[in-house]
Order: sequence, then structure tokens, then C-alpha cells
Amino acid sequence: MANWVLKGVRTGIRTTSYPGRPEHAPGVTPGRPLGASFESSDQAESLVERCPTGAIGRNDDGVSVDQRRCVHCSRCRRGDGARAPWESSYEWAAHHDDGAEPAQRLQRIFGRSLHIRFVDAGACGACVSEARQINNPYYNMHRLGFFMTPTPRNADVLMVSGPVSDAMRLPLRKTYEAMPEPKRVVAIGACAIFGGVFGSTFAVSGGAAEILPVDIVVPGCPPPPLAILHALLLVVERKPPSPLTSLPPGHVTEPA
Amino acid sequence: MAMLDSTVKNRSRAEGVPELSSRAWKGRVAATFDHDTQSCRIQCSGVDLVDMCQWLGEELGFVFATLIVDERSGGLSLSYIFYKDADTPWVYVDVALDANAIAAPSMSGLVHGPSFDWHEREAEDLFGLTFEGHPRLGEFVLHEDWPEGVNPMRGSFDATQKVSLRAPDPSWEPPTIVTAPGAFAMPIGPVFSDFAESAQFRLETVGEDVIRTIPRFFYKYRGVEKIAEGQKVDRALLLAERFSGISAFAHGLAFCQAIETICGIETPPRALALRTVFAELERLRHHTAVIAGICNSTALAVATSQAGLIEEDLLRLSCEVAQHRYLFGLVEPGGLCRDISDEGCDHLAEAVAQVATGLRALHQMLRYSSSFLDRLEEVGIVSAENALSYGLVGAIARASGVARDIRKLFPYAAYGSTKFVTPVEQEGDGYARLRVFFHEAEQSAAVMRHFLLSMPGGPVSAGRTSWRAGAALGTVEAPQGAAFHWLRLNEDGAVMRYRIRPPSFANWHGFHLAAENFAFQDFPIILASFGLSNAECDR
Repeated sequence: MANWVLKGVRTGIRTTSYPGRPEHAPGVTPGRPLGASFESSDQAESLVERCPTGAIGRNDDGVSVDQRRCVHCSRCRRGDGARAPWESSYEWAAHHDDGAEPAQRLQRIFGRSLHIRFVDAGACGACVSEARQINNPYYNMHRLGFFMTPTPRNADVLMVSGPVSDAMRLPLRKTYEAMPEPKRVVAIGACAIFGGVFGSTFAVSGGAAEILPVDIVVPGCPPPPLAILHALLLVVERKPPSPLTSLPPGHVTEPA
Repeated sequence: MAMLDSTVKNRSRAEGVPELSSRAWKGRVAATFDHDTQSCRIQCSGVDLVDMCQWLGEELGFVFATLIVDERSGGLSLSYIFYKDADTPWVYVDVALDANAIAAPSMSGLVHGPSFDWHEREAEDLFGLTFEGHPRLGEFVLHEDWPEGVNPMRGSFDATQKVSLRAPDPSWEPPTIVTAPGAFAMPIGPVFSDFAESAQFRLETVGEDVIRTIPRFFYKYRGVEKIAEGQKVDRALLLAERFSGISAFAHGLAFCQAIETICGIETPPRALALRTVFAELERLRHHTAVIAGICNSTALAVATSQAGLIEEDLLRLSCEVAQHRYLFGLVEPGGLCRDISDEGCDHLAEAVAQVATGLRALHQMLRYSSSFLDRLEEVGIVSAENALSYGLVGAIARASGVARDIRKLFPYAAYGSTKFVTPVEQEGDGYARLRVFFHEAEQSAAVMRHFLLSMPGGPVSAGRTSWRAGAALGTVEAPQGAAFHWLRLNEDGAVMRYRIRPPSFANWHGFHLAAENFAFQDFPIILASFGLSNAECDR
């Protein structure tokens, strides 16, 4: 066993310094498209046409991006026609009702520590894998006071991924009901937000909000581990939310 | 059986199945050879179906790939697809049912019956077909709250409609097998563990030892095959990639290969080489994740961290070269959407060599950790006999001595132009599976380096092509094993019928074989050593 200890010590500390300092290592995030202005409306139209989920919409001569609906297919940054500008950010989490403050402030109650119950409600496995990575030494959520719990009775946060398949509706609701108040629901990924490529059909509900009161959404397909950490930091009010709609430059969000 | 090869001009490969002309089958079946797809189609009546499948499996050594149920104007048709090796064509046994007929014979009595079992149960749920002689139909894909008589894969069913599920019956209890004084069933799931996918396992026990495990899947059924119907190829590709995120590239590739066969698209050599590189990158990352899972299940914290670091390194590497950590949005019919620069190839080759060194060091340390090996050796054994009759695939089958590998049997992408070893172990226990995962990961790194250091030039995509109506099968060795995507297109490039046989569908069926007569604490280890995906199985 001594050689394992030695191996661990030799490896040293690999953990990111986020949220203290931003993480710039290549490949930590796939990035996402941004709103843009174009000289001709044809260019904007070509982007709108290429977007398979309707995330890109017309905004005057340019386009704006509804980040909740983006499934990272990259079709807007490749191929013929105009290309959407791309940002390599990862702080993507926001309140479900864009801009709305939670009714009850939780920081006092939770301190900085959260216990999290994760429920896979029909996810493809990529969101599950990315959520698992926050336990990886690179991200190490424990240093931030975040812990997984196997039982909903001890959980403060319910993390949901997937479009909520029919068979998972009841287990999901039961898990939520078993959690003590106060509690927060974090929907991870495009599927949990609006159903993603699976939509709303006979087999899936089209998002966790159809079943539960969702507090925080993390856009992405899948959102990278740092975006999931950002969501947890948002729950304990250590980080501000990020806007869910990316507008063309020069446009400003109207105050809510 | 003169029609078998009468229309075939090119005789470079064995045509049809010559044994079909034997006396036993004279006058009973009609066979044709389709040169485009290198397959032999046998028209069979329902009466002869069981005999034919038995003969193909037990006498000729064919392996059952998948059952395709298709609904045409005349009624339902069933195609049983078989394969053997590179020198033998694929065999499709076709049975056309009469209009409104919903009964077909079950294969459950055959030696290879278990490999048909789940296909029949699925078709019963989704199409309303009855398989006569099957011991256990119903409540499979669709759980007990789904209304009776509603079959979502039938053409008359509208996929956008919501189905009102029945209220759960509080008196309902799952069937149990073990009847002994004090026997009880301990349910695990569908919500369990830290980051587990949703599935349920009922462990039947009389105290300390678990006697049987009865798994229940399809909690994650998203109706992918149904919602793909009527969608254009570019839209259906999103589904092919995203129904199983951890093997997205392999499934996207199988989907695109089916389209390329239908439309006669020639993929350029550089695209074929790069597809091989990305497919192996995905396999390398998948196997590393499974190894991390196995270490985690035995609570070996440092080893879990080491494997986890390598996994995240590979995710970041994927993102650097392909702009997506799980290789989404990369493959397209006719090639790839994105090229890698020469510097990118060099960088990837170097990084992969480092990953291989790291994995080798980890394997070496694990081999000498006796407390770790104690948890894996002789735990969760699948015999070679069972692996064959259940039609298990991938690393699970290879750990039990069944050396089938689609990359070798039917080389696709650029696998035909490189040498690699398919690792095989005989014991069929958890440790054998771990060794196969390690060896395959090492082979993946070697294959990647081979192509990255001698990458052919030219374009990475065949460009736009016109659609053709037709049907074809796309076959790949996904990280978990053989995957079959059968697709029927119309002339506008819309998907008319899509059938996926993912490797996890075959392997989850064999999971209960490994989870018998074990101690409670071994369950997470047996589960981890299979390294399977529920999203992939449930679709």
C-alpha cells in the first residue's frame, strides 16, 4: 500500500484554482456560440436555418443565441455561410427564470456547504459523466464544501439531467419530495432544460421543469464540469449568474 | 437454389450460403444475393423460421445480430440478421406476416435462444407482436404503468402525443424467483449510488449471500427509433450521436456508414483514417473511465484518482482536437465535419503516448495490489458457453474467451490497413475484464499513433451527395462492443425506419449471469467491471 501513497504524493496537486482564479487549460470547455451582427440579413438567416434546435434567432440584422437551447452541434461555426462567433467561457449557470432572484436566500442556512443528490432522468451519459468529473482530482468539489449523498433525506440540492423519461417521472418526484426544506433543483444540460434533441414526446416530458420547480439551469450539451461547479457556487451565492441569452454586440438586456 | 448467385458478376467473394442448396432446404425457402450490401436474403415462411435460425446458428456458426421489424403497407415484416466472418456474407432471414397478423414463433427454445430473447420482448412491447412459445412477454421496455394495447412503434401511433400513464398500483409486486424461508428481495435503484445511471436491480437473498439478481431496465427509454422516423438525415444524426453520449462517435459513425452504403458515397482516405483515430480515442477514454469505475468500486482511492486524471486528460484532448469533449458533431455522411492540422496530429500522437504510459504504470501497480485483486478474481464469472448463447459482445465477451471483434471481422474506416491485437482472456471474471480493458486501451493508443504519424492527405469529406431510397446496415465496434444501426431512407433523405442494436443491449442481458451467488459487497464491483451504459441500452 505504501507505493500507492508514494504515487499520490508524487502526482502532486492538479486541482484547478477556479473559482479563485479563472481556469485557462485547453479543453476544459467546448465553448459556445455568441450573438452577432451581420451586414446582410442573408447571413443571419443562414445561421438561423442551420441551427437544428432553434437556439439561434433573428435580432434586427444580427442573431441572438438562446443558450438554453444550444446542443453544441457546432453547425453554426462550420460549413458554408456565415459563422457565429464563439466564446470559450464556462460560467454558464443561471436562475431558471432569467434574472429572477430566489424567494428565500439560502446562504445563511447552508453556510457554504451543500449535499447533493444526483438523478439521471434519461440522460445520454455525457451529462452523467461530466457531473462525475466534479469529483475528479482536477475539479475536486470537496474543497468547495460540496458533497454527494446517496440519500435524498440528507440532500440540499437535487441535480437532474435528462429529458425526464416516463419511467423516471415518479422516482424523480419521490426523490424531490423526500428532500427536506429548503432545497434547490439544478437542471443540468439542454435535455433537462427543454428536452434537447428528444423534445417533448410520448416517451419524455421535455425537461425537468415539467415535473419539478427548477431553480437553476446549466445550459450545455453536456455542460463541462466547471459549468456544473459554477451552478453549485451560484446556489451558495458565491458567484453571480450568467445571462441565458447572448445578444448581438451593442444590444443591451432590458432590466427585468 | 439456382437464383442464389445467378445475377452476380463479381465472384471475388463467396456468394450466398452454398449450403442452402442442400436437400433439406429444397423448395422450402427462396434466397437471393444482394451484391451492394454483400448479403444473402432468405425468404422464409413462419413455419420454417425456427428451423432456419437454428440451422444458421448451430450448424453453420452464424451469430444473430439484430431483429428488424418493419411496417409496410402489406403488414409487418420481420428480418433476422446474422453474420459470421469476413468471407461469409451477411444473412437476412425475412418473414412477411399477413396483414393484421401479429404472431410469430419464438426462438426461446434454441441453444442461442437467449440472444433473441430481448429482441422478441422489445418487439412485443413496441409493435404488439406476440412470439408464440416465449416464456415471458410484457413489461419490458414499457413498464407496468403504460396502458395496455398501445404500441408506440406502430405507424398509427403519433410520437408527439402524450400517453396518460396508469396510476401506480400500490399492491403491485415484482415477480420473485427464490422461494425459501426468510427469502427477500432487496431493490437497488432506479435512483442509487452517487452518479449511477437509472436502472433497477433486485437482489434476491436469504441473508448474507445474493442468490439471484433480477435487473430491470428501460427507465431511460426515450423512443429514439420512433422520433427519428420522418426526420431528415442531418436531424436524425443528432439523435444517433446523442442517445448514448459516452459512445457518441461510434454510433454516429455507424449511422453515417449505413447512409453511405444506401447512397453509394465514397469516403475519402483521410476521413477514413481520421475516423479510426477518433473511434479509438473514444474507446481509450471509455475504457479509462471503466477502469476508474472498477478502482472506485473497490475503494482504492489513489488508483481511482490516477485513472480519473487520465480520463479528464483525454476529455480535454478530445476537446482540443475535435472541439467537443465527447466528440459530438464530428462525423457526417461522407466523412468528417472537421480536419486536424499536422501539428494537431503530432500533438495528439504525443499526448496519446503519454496516456498509454500512464495506463501501463497504473496496470502494473494494480497487478501487485493483492487487496484489490482479491475483490476481482473469481467474482462475477460469465462462462464462454453462456457468452456464446447470450450473444455477448465486446470486452465482456472477450474476457470470457469469445474473440469476436467487428473491426477485424468486417473492417470499416481504415481498420483494414493496420495491425492490432484483439486481447482475449479465458476466466470470464472481473479481473479478466479489467485486463481486457487495459489491453484494449493500449491497442487503441497504438492504432491511433499508427494513423496519426502516417496520415493520408486530401479532403475529409465527400461533400454534398444526392439521397437515394434504400435500406442498409451500419456496423461498428463501439467501445462496449458490436453496434448495428439499420436504416431505411426515402428518396428525400428522410428516415423511414431506424433500428439500433447497441452493444449494451446485448451485454446487459447477460449481466444476471455474473450476478449470481455472490456476497452483497461484491455487487458494485460486478456492476463496475461490466462498464455498461443504460442510456445506450434503453435508447
